[in-house]
Amino acid sequence: MPVALRTLKAGVFLICLLPLARLVYLGVAGGLGANPIEFVTHSTGTWALAGLLVTLSVTPLRRLTGQAGLIRYRRMLGLFAFFYACLHFVAYVWLDQFFDPAAIARDIVKRPFVTVGFAAFILLVPLAATSSHAMMRRLGRRWQQLHRLIYLIALLGVVHYLWLVKKDLTEPLIYGGVLALLLAMRLPWGRYGGKRFVQAGSSAMQRRL
Amino acid sequence: MLIRYPNDIAPSEITPPDIYRERRRFMQGVSALAAGAVLGISPKAEAGAKLAGVRTSAYSLDEDRTPYKDVTTYNNFYEFGTGKGDPSENAGSLKTRPWTVAVEGEVANPKTYDIDALLKLAPLEERVYRMRCVEGWSMVIPWVGFPLKELIRRAAPTGNARYVEFVTLNDPEQMPGLRRRILSWPYLEGLRLDEAMHPLAILAVGLYGEVLPNQNGAPIRLVVPWKYGFKSAKSIVKIRFVEKPPLTTWMAAAPREYGFYSNVNPQVDHPRWSQAKERRIGELSKRDTLMFNGYGAQVAQLYRGMDLQKFF
Repeated sequence: MPVALRTLKAGVFLICLLPLARLVYLGVAGGLGANPIEFVTHSTGTWALAGLLVTLSVTPLRRLTGQAGLIRYRRMLGLFAFFYACLHFVAYVWLDQFFDPAAIARDIVKRPFVTVGFAAFILLVPLAATSSHAMMRRLGRRWQQLHRLIYLIALLGVVHYLWLVKKDLTEPLIYGGVLALLLAMRLPWGRYGGKRFVQAGSSAMQRRL
Repeated sequence: MLIRYPNDIAPSEITPPDIYRERRRFMQGVSALAAGAVLGISPKAEAGAKLAGVRTSAYSLDEDRTPYKDVTTYNNFYEFGTGKGDPSENAGSLKTRPWTVAVEGEVANPKTYDIDALLKLAPLEERVYRMRCVEGWSMVIPWVGFPLKELIRRAAPTGNARYVEFVTLNDPEQMPGLRRRILSWPYLEGLRLDEAMHPLAILAVGLYGEVLPNQNGAPIRLVVPWKYGFKSAKSIVKIRFVEKPPLTTWMAAAPREYGFYSNVNPQVDHPRWSQAKERRIGELSKRDTLMFNGYGAQVAQLYRGMDLQKFF
């Protein structure tokens, strides 16, 4: 790997760690507010969803900018989304429910927003597990089919958010809007506007290959 | 009318004598200030100013109080935004003087009260109450106020008055959250007349012995400790006595989720989340939510014979 790319990748890695660093800093400085458990649960959930959307933006961005090399960051971004989803899940199981299996089981069965969030998390696991180059090679065409699950996962994430807010839907709708845009850009007519860039992007890809 | 006296206060809930005497000494100390107020030296109306002549109520709980900082920086007051920190950040624009509260409707004595007259309507009492939010968190808050029935008695409801409606200020200039139609404004709440007459229901004007901060519903708000927090309307400008149950703001917003009574009830879940447990602010593990927020001995008789699954 060239040094410049390695540096850039390290930079992106560090940026992805900022939300966690912020939580640790606020925790140490006593800045998590009156309800720190809620703060941590909401924050990690928000960044898991944001991570999914950033991961989903790689393909349209490549097309729009002609920077095919952006694909090199996709795995890392996706794994960070999974990382924050894990933290979110741990915050819920440990801090929110205190490992009360009966309460967690009840929540998953009875609370639609928990059901949906839990489903999204479970679906992320095989994607994270098959993210390596070796797994990509082994699964071949099926790898891409499997990883299309991210569309469903992101949708479940938005629904999870929509269902848990009491009244003000603004923020979940913003995430929903961004997701809709990112998905629309994958449709044939959505691609049209960036066609020139597609060609530029794919030719750049071909050069690399 | 039958006046009920509480005979069900556990000895543990009665303030110990040493604290009681200390409070008396403190009250004697502040009586000088109170005298100043009576003589026309206007007491400060701003949040944080000490309230004079506050008595301790036998209805006060002996539980650890939620710190002042948490009570005043983490709450819901959608007129200032929907985030928990929004009220404390945005409520500076609320002007609590001049302020009037109109008492009207099915009453013999309709009257518009000036806030400073309301402050002198009845002796101020400290009431340390549990507060349970419908979202699943709770606090223990030392309110200062007087029983709502003191005001109702003076208004003299007619035979037609069955319900009481509370109206919050509706001024987007002072309350930036009103510019967004998250809810139908003004914020409306309501109680059955007998609920409103219950000695636990108070109009609060203070917190921790001081003038109520704007974000907590200054200058005057309702506190009904056996119901979910949203029933306790803030920054009240009108109290109407009516014949029919008022359509409250949250009932209008989501009738399946918020009923007229909205009594704290661990057996009746919110359609989207459980109400069996709550997180007391400052504690890590959750505690069981108590029926009527732990005030069952005092208020359960109000709902005798009612199906509380149906009248949630």
